[in-house]
Amino acid sequence: MTINELERIASQVRRDIIRMVHGCQSGHPGGSLGATDIVTALYFDQMQIDPAHFRMDGNGEDMFFLSNGHISPMFYSILARRGYFPVKELATFRRLGTRLQGHPTTAEGLPGVRIASGSLGQGLSVAVGAAQAKKLNGDQHIVYVLMGDGEQEEGQIWEAAMYAPAKGVDNLIAIIDYNKKQIDGPTDDVLSLGDLRAKYEAFGWYVLEVSGNDMHALVNILKLAHENTHQGRPQLILAHTEMGMGVDFMMGTHKWHGTAPNDEQAANALSQLEETLGDY
Amino acid sequence: MDFTIQNQKDTRSGFGEGLLEAGRRNPKVVAFCADLTGSLKMGDFAKEFPSRFFQTGIAEANMVNMAAGMALSGFVPFTGTFAAFATGRVYDQIRQSVAYSNKNVKIAASHAGVTLGEDGATHQILEDIGLMKMLPNMTVIVPCDFNQTKNATIAVAEYDGPVYLRFGRPKVPNFTQVDEKFIIGKAQMLQEGTDVTIFACGHLVWKAVQALPILKEMGINAELINIHTIKPLDVEAVLKSVGKTRCVVTAEEHQRNGGLGDSIAQVLALNMPCPMEMVAVNDVFGQSGTPDELLKAYHLDTPDIVEAVKKVVARKQ
Ligand SMILES: Cc1ncc(C[n+]2csc(CCOP(=O)(O)OP(=O)(O)O)c2C)c(N)n1
Ligand SMILES: [Mg+2]
Repeated sequence: MTINELERIASQVRRDIIRMVHGCQSGHPGGSLGATDIVTALYFDQMQIDPAHFRMDGNGEDMFFLSNGHISPMFYSILARRGYFPVKELATFRRLGTRLQGHPTTAEGLPGVRIASGSLGQGLSVAVGAAQAKKLNGDQHIVYVLMGDGEQEEGQIWEAAMYAPAKGVDNLIAIIDYNKKQIDGPTDDVLSLGDLRAKYEAFGWYVLEVSGNDMHALVNILKLAHENTHQGRPQLILAHTEMGMGVDFMMGTHKWHGTAPNDEQAANALSQLEETLGDY
Repeated sequence: MDFTIQNQKDTRSGFGEGLLEAGRRNPKVVAFCADLTGSLKMGDFAKEFPSRFFQTGIAEANMVNMAAGMALSGFVPFTGTFAAFATGRVYDQIRQSVAYSNKNVKIAASHAGVTLGEDGATHQILEDIGLMKMLPNMTVIVPCDFNQTKNATIAVAEYDGPVYLRFGRPKVPNFTQVDEKFIIGKAQMLQEGTDVTIFACGHLVWKAVQALPILKEMGINAELINIHTIKPLDVEAVLKSVGKTRCVVTAEEHQRNGGLGDSIAQVLALNMPCPMEMVAVNDVFGQSGTPDELLKAYHLDTPDIVEAVKKVVARKQ
């Protein structure tokens, strides 16, 4: 896909996010908007997948796990736009009886979701397990996992971070949504992550950095990371993003981490985002 | 008992005010929070006592054990996060370093039950009362409204020993007395009656209050008791009431397995077997929805209490 096509998809995904969160007056727009470009590049350009025939086991295809499950509106929009389930189902987000639960689950059988997330800190371990299974199965495909930066404060992340290089899990590409914000404020104020790159490197990861809202850079770094797989080390991409990206009043603050826009704010936000693929 | 609604307030705000008051009364009271200061309403405490407030980041296990370490030298630490992450996420940390080691740590847990709403099942823990009450040395408290949560928080700070304090997210009717002293382990009689005893806790207490006039209309004179302390259970109050009414309904925002009803059933089976019905979630996970929708969908509403009472009274005859 061309960069322009990918950017147009991302614009529609951002509209979907605003409309979903506004529609049910709950959910997490900030992180969703910031991570949109990363996951768009993955699903529409990088990953080898078969959305029409979703398989829980992921055998013979690349797999993606969303560890920071609260940015579910972004994930659902991309899954729907990629063909995993009908786009109109986005309207049911967070409503009673929906397959689009507040945080991704498998209980309702939504195609595209392989494990529940929402309680932070668990996704990297799941991805390591899935990557090891691929090795046992002789499957050359790659496992991707997206995590939050605040989420790095969970101790379990570092259990998995220690395991993967030690055991040579080299078919794994982890990505951090490095927006430097979390619920209570800037990550530096809440609990500084220090030099995240140096920490992962010290644990034995091969670390790449990218501007996470630059589609061109994202596509290139994902290609590079793919070329680097199966060479003995897991890889981490530190994706520098802007929380709330694409909506001016949601950027530069942590306030929109988990707050829904009212009617006026939603209209304002939508006026900044081009409708490219048709609203659901 | 006066059931006048003073206002609509969330129980977590009762915790926030109670914590602030406890902090003013005792300089040894300290608080930890894992990136949910606003949600737990701990901001006022953090502002007034910045040196006694510890932002841990999203690291619940570390938080629990740091609190236990701090309790050694006489501090009274409260830990704050959502009930799901305050219990299941850190069960072994609590079991070994708080309950077994008998440390004076207060586990404050917000957003319990289905009334957390749209975030869905990952966050709506319905197993926490069971997890916590199974631990020796642990006291388990589930207050019913804003005033009671505030008063319970103050009482918990004065009590010496591990406590699990469970409260919730939505605004609910606030009807208990403003400065009523909270006595840990003492059941609260809300209405005396003769035909059936309703034992309720948390948000379901108000749902049971609303059932009283409906039952009265049907000719059923119900006794309503608020079991705000699940453990230690006020066995004397339970047996005294059931000795009179001879049938029981329990109501709680929790799994049937491990909850209030299960505690009451144990006491009755051993001492005074009698017909019993349970209003609780029955071995399923929650889901997204508004709090009111979910209370209806999971049969935790006033009509469900009324039905359970009708059924149990019929079984008695
Ligand atoms: C184990 C656990 N603790 C706490 C929470 C509540 N919580 C949800 S999102 C969040 C902040 C996450 O920060 P970050 O990973 O940086 O995501 P962002 O805010 O950037 O979207 C917290 C504390 C949770 N979901 N899981
Ligand atoms: Mg962040």
